[in-house]
Amino acid sequence: MREFRIFVQKEFFHIFRDRWTTLILLVLPVLMIILFGFGITTEIRNTKFAVYDPSRDDATRGIVNKLETSDYFTLDSYLSSPSQIEQLFKEGRVGFVVVFGEKFYHSLLHTGDAKIQLIADGTDPNTASVLTNYATALINTYQQELLARQQIASGIQRGITAETRLLYNPTLKSAYNIVPGIMGMILMLICALMTSVSIAREKELGTMEVLLVSPMKPFLIILSKLVPYFTISIVNYITILLLSVYILKVPIAGSLVLLTALSLLFIFVSLSLGILISSLVEKQIVALLISGMLLLMPAVFLSGLMFPVETMPDVLQWFSHILPVKWFIIAVRNVMIKGLGITSILKEVALLAGMGVIILVVSIKKFKYRLE
Amino acid sequence: MNPVSKDNFTVTHALSCKNISRSYGKVKALGNISFDVEPGEIFGVIGPDGAGKSTLFRILTTLLLPDSGSASVEGFDVVSDYKKIRKIVGYMPGRFSLYQDLTVEENLRIFATLFNTTIEENYYLIKDIYSQIEPFKKRMAGALSGGMKQKLALSCALIHKPSILFLDEPTTGIDPVSRKELWEMLRKLKSQGITIIVSTPYMDEASLCDRIALIQNGEFLKIDTPKAIVESFGRRLISVKGDNMGLLLKRLREIPGVISCFAFGDSHHVTTERDGNSADSLTADSLRFALEKQGHTNIEITPVEANIEDCFMELIAR
Amino acid sequence: MKVIEVENLTKKFGSFTAVDNISFSVEKGEIFGFLGANGAGKTTAMRMLCGLLSPTSGKGVVAGYDILHDSEKVKASIGYMSQKFALYEDLKVWENIRLYAGIYGVSEKETRERTQLLLAELGFEKERNSLVKSLPLGWRQKLAFSVSIFHNPSIVFLDEPTGGVDPVTRRQFWEMIYQASERGITVFVTTHYMDEAEYCNRVSIMVDGRIDALDSPASLRKEFGAADMDEVFRKLARKSKNNGL
Repeated sequence: MREFRIFVQKEFFHIFRDRWTTLILLVLPVLMIILFGFGITTEIRNTKFAVYDPSRDDATRGIVNKLETSDYFTLDSYLSSPSQIEQLFKEGRVGFVVVFGEKFYHSLLHTGDAKIQLIADGTDPNTASVLTNYATALINTYQQELLARQQIASGIQRGITAETRLLYNPTLKSAYNIVPGIMGMILMLICALMTSVSIAREKELGTMEVLLVSPMKPFLIILSKLVPYFTISIVNYITILLLSVYILKVPIAGSLVLLTALSLLFIFVSLSLGILISSLVEKQIVALLISGMLLLMPAVFLSGLMFPVETMPDVLQWFSHILPVKWFIIAVRNVMIKGLGITSILKEVALLAGMGVIILVVSIKKFKYRLE
Repeated sequence: MNPVSKDNFTVTHALSCKNISRSYGKVKALGNISFDVEPGEIFGVIGPDGAGKSTLFRILTTLLLPDSGSASVEGFDVVSDYKKIRKIVGYMPGRFSLYQDLTVEENLRIFATLFNTTIEENYYLIKDIYSQIEPFKKRMAGALSGGMKQKLALSCALIHKPSILFLDEPTTGIDPVSRKELWEMLRKLKSQGITIIVSTPYMDEASLCDRIALIQNGEFLKIDTPKAIVESFGRRLISVKGDNMGLLLKRLREIPGVISCFAFGDSHHVTTERDGNSADSLTADSLRFALEKQGHTNIEITPVEANIEDCFMELIAR
Repeated sequence: MKVIEVENLTKKFGSFTAVDNISFSVEKGEIFGFLGANGAGKTTAMRMLCGLLSPTSGKGVVAGYDILHDSEKVKASIGYMSQKFALYEDLKVWENIRLYAGIYGVSEKETRERTQLLLAELGFEKERNSLVKSLPLGWRQKLAFSVSIFHNPSIVFLDEPTGGVDPVTRRQFWEMIYQASERGITVFVTTHYMDEAEYCNRVSIMVDGRIDALDSPASLRKEFGAADMDEVFRKLARKSKNNGL
């Protein structure tokens, strides 16, 4: 036990004696939460929109009014011709344009084929989809209110009135999307990347040779490498939760115990991945590239920080199935944001646990107690 | 672990190596190496970089598997009993295998821990070496000079009181004074009964070993005591000095009967047939005559005893 | 003609004086041995001469250029080779030659012609397309030396060029050094092999940042009453205060 303690201490020395490593491990999560939570926000607030409205009737005015009176949109201008739309986007004056069809109100009430088009800038697909989603929601609300009023006026009950409400994230705050993503990225970074790099470093320096030619069990050497990264992951997990609850105001809707258990499971999977990578490579740079490209980059994409996952090509979506981080992010969303219980994430938990066990078994089999 | 393998070797040898071969892909690193080392001996493996020294050391310290052949350390087979060997050997790889970001003392403690011992328990073993670096024990290992790093690495390899010590090129890149100090330490360790297998590219260190093996291209050219190797030098060796050493070297090589001629410090070493009775056969006198005829001045010619480097050069020329 | 002239050159790192007020000069075509224990300041001094470090005080002129103000011109007029890094191992022999020739502005045509010549002289024609890592160490070092003087520098700096090389190749290497010196190239060389110190025209020995001895090997042996350079070196290095730290 004494040997193990001294080896764990040694690993902590390696981390904390290098200013940059320390900084990255402890400050990066905070920085990411703040940057993505506030800076690169996809939240809608006072987004300007323009309207092309050949009908100019009660319904179109009602919809424009509905959009304008929300906290999120401000009317920029009415357009006289659809040809002006492109120019508006080029100037970046508006977030989206609402185009109504002819005889809108009449079609809405009688023929049921009233046409409304929302045009947004697809070069920023995340923002575009958030904008159009919310505008659509507002338009639907208006439509239901209108129909309800019609029914009361005519005294006839016509069908069922459906009401659309955005669940889980009623104010469309992007932080709700970001927190699970960042959690996945950070845990992956520390557990898989840092572990594999630190083992590869010993191989590169030649110290691994001496460690191997000693009675100390390779298992203990590896375990002592995992302890510091495990500890730092826990610290980061707590930091991220505190920051998201108190700074980003994203509450933990579900069970904290379940969320923590889920994160521990993911940390276990990531650490196993780190060991697997380090048993396959000899050089730090290779360990860095493999874990960076194969694990971290997908985590960034899947986190939804940059693109909505739905817009990714099929191949990537299919590839994402084999990445533990995807299932972790889904499960965290379910527990932390939606507040669902364990039954909702059984599939994800089973997948993660399975992956972890397989990876661990393979990496133990692959571990070299010689130099080849 | 496997008692059968133990019977294959005579346990009296500290190390026994039979027909070891090893290749990396198509490149042959070691071919058919056999030798024994007796307990308490300093055995030197001497040869240039790339001759196969590190591969041999890694096989003997259980880090690499041989393609064929067998070897045992203190009676334990390097393949099947690797765990037992790892408990009794001290190993210092060719590179500085220290943690540069840990202090001198922390490094030593790590290595003591690795072998389940403490600095205090075996301090007496490393006292002579470690006391020289102890004043700097709070300094990072990365900030030490080459000689000091090597002393620390040696302390680390010794801290668990190994019965056999493998030192792969401990003096490479070290200045002559530190080299000398390191060899003095090895002599002291020998007197404490530790068997030492050491490799070096410096031929002049051969005389400090009890027995040596000269290695080139993965093969042992010769195994014997340094004295016996020097005595077996098959040619006559003449040292030549004079004005304009560069020109002298060229001219010497043109003289019939000169087999080889190389610069050796402040003189040139000329080899000729030892017992040649033919007209070509050169003696010190006939060599002087030939050189003076060519107009060389201040010529000093003395027959000399060969050193290990002469022997090595003769052996690889064959 | 002097190609290196150093006056009161000093380099301090914080409170530590790595090079302490050294002065010396080297003649054109001379083979100058630069010896010293690990940590005596050799590397720092050599880096200043190559224009890689600026001196804290003092003056140095290398190949006619001031090492502080004209370091770019200094770099263009020197060649450099070290034991630790000499050639790119993952490039072929001719690719390495072309690369270095290109760095020093040798024309394509001249490079092509002289590459043939160089390989023929070394007897390496067959290895033209071999990866450098597949060559034995001794060959690599010989090739590296040829490459380092490919652009006809007025001085070549060699940092432990023969470390770990077999004894025959080591001597062949020194014969190449002699040839370069006959062509008028000044050779500035460090080594841990004391027999190689004998091959130099003059030798300087650094102790604790100072040059404590500078003369021909024969005169140094006489001065210190020593049988060989190894003894001279040990007598001097023993004076060191900091014991190699």
